[in-house]
Amino acid sequence: MVPRPHGGRLVNRVLEGRRRELFLSEAKELPRLEVNIERAIDAEDLAKGVFSPLDGFMGREDYLSVLEEMRLQNGLPWTIPIILDAGRDELTGVREGDDILLSYGGIPIAVLTVEEIYSWDKKLHAQRVFKTTDPNHPGVEATYARKELLVGGRIELINPPPNPLERYTLWPIETRVLFKEKGWRSIVAFQTRNVPHMGHEYVQKAALTFADGILIHPLSGWKKRGDYRDEVIIAAYEALARHYYPEGVIVLSVLRMNMNYAGPREAIHHAIVRKNFGATHFIVGRDHAGVGDYYGPYEAWEIFKEFPDLGITPLFVREAYYCKKCGGMVNEKICPHSGEHRVKISGTRIREMLKRGELPPPHMMRPEVSKVILEFDNPFVE
Amino acid sequence: MAGNKVAVEISKELYEKAAKFIEENGGFKDVAELVEFLLQEAIASEDEGVELSPEDEEKVKERLRSLGYI
Ligand SMILES: [Zn+2]
Repeated sequence: MVPRPHGGRLVNRVLEGRRRELFLSEAKELPRLEVNIERAIDAEDLAKGVFSPLDGFMGREDYLSVLEEMRLQNGLPWTIPIILDAGRDELTGVREGDDILLSYGGIPIAVLTVEEIYSWDKKLHAQRVFKTTDPNHPGVEATYARKELLVGGRIELINPPPNPLERYTLWPIETRVLFKEKGWRSIVAFQTRNVPHMGHEYVQKAALTFADGILIHPLSGWKKRGDYRDEVIIAAYEALARHYYPEGVIVLSVLRMNMNYAGPREAIHHAIVRKNFGATHFIVGRDHAGVGDYYGPYEAWEIFKEFPDLGITPLFVREAYYCKKCGGMVNEKICPHSGEHRVKISGTRIREMLKRGELPPPHMMRPEVSKVILEFDNPFVE
Repeated sequence: MAGNKVAVEISKELYEKAAKFIEENGGFKDVAELVEFLLQEAIASEDEGVELSPEDEEKVKERLRSLGYI
């Protein structure tokens, strides 16, 4: 059964028709706050229900409750603050109750009804969300770079920020209609930022064995140097689906959402978001959304114990490896053989081989997938 | 009792088990909240919490068709 949206209601804050015209004509008069692409993406995700039941940037009470309790003020699980920062000088003359226009690259993105302007403690934020105040952590670094005030309030979307992957983007209402149309009742969501190797395929198929379908949900958006480009990830999955999945069991769609590298907290966040897309199960990897060695390898699994009321079932699938004795992809739970028989499927090694233009061996990556990746002039972000 | 609530009887034994579960796992304020959550999960219909007119649903399906999803 497709689960109810988080908090019971799927948010839709997209302005349409005459109301949108009205806001557009008013927009010129409104105080304007230019935001970066991350906040523009947040605004679209909020408006299109990705963060249901949130319908705007968090006010102070919800924000502090999320920091300290990992729950909204009303008790609902929520682990990553969705906040809008602004400089004092950018908010001159803006008062609580005012409408302001959020723009990106000069394009009006959304109207925000200011409910609250408040200050925040970035160190506390970093410690709670990322479990470290080390500025070398990418999430902490990004936090420290943000402005000194936070603005809370509901938003209404006027224009989505430009999306080069629109053709591959589905929103929660769309995946929900799609799952219903397909008659799927158990849907596993798989989060990724990588091209699929044999280990990923194994994990997905282990889950698919009992589910009706799988939502392959690559996260697009901000990337660091050396990451696979979004188009490459999509093409690689299309090749995998074409050659190694039966018709009609995969939905491949891109989710544009900001990545924070908040490890365990982000694993919960990713699960909540997938619940809003209509998934019943969510695959949680080892060191899910982690970075460096800030989090223990199984912390992202353990945190789920604190959320019996999440409303989506986490699947903790162990890392897969190739076992020469078993003669196939297995994991520690189903293979008794010792280390000498095991071949680890290393994403790093595969990346190095692809960088040199070599095909990784077929027990690491399907040749059809490798070939598609190598057809790109440069599969990696520069 | 609040005006929009009704009483439901469950066995004392199960009630105590549920109270213990909450004590150990958190997530719920009381047994009533746990019972409500589990019932919702069990009997919610597909469209619950999702407002979509038939015309809008058709628009969604049109996009899904044009992209080859259905
Ligand atoms: Zn083995």
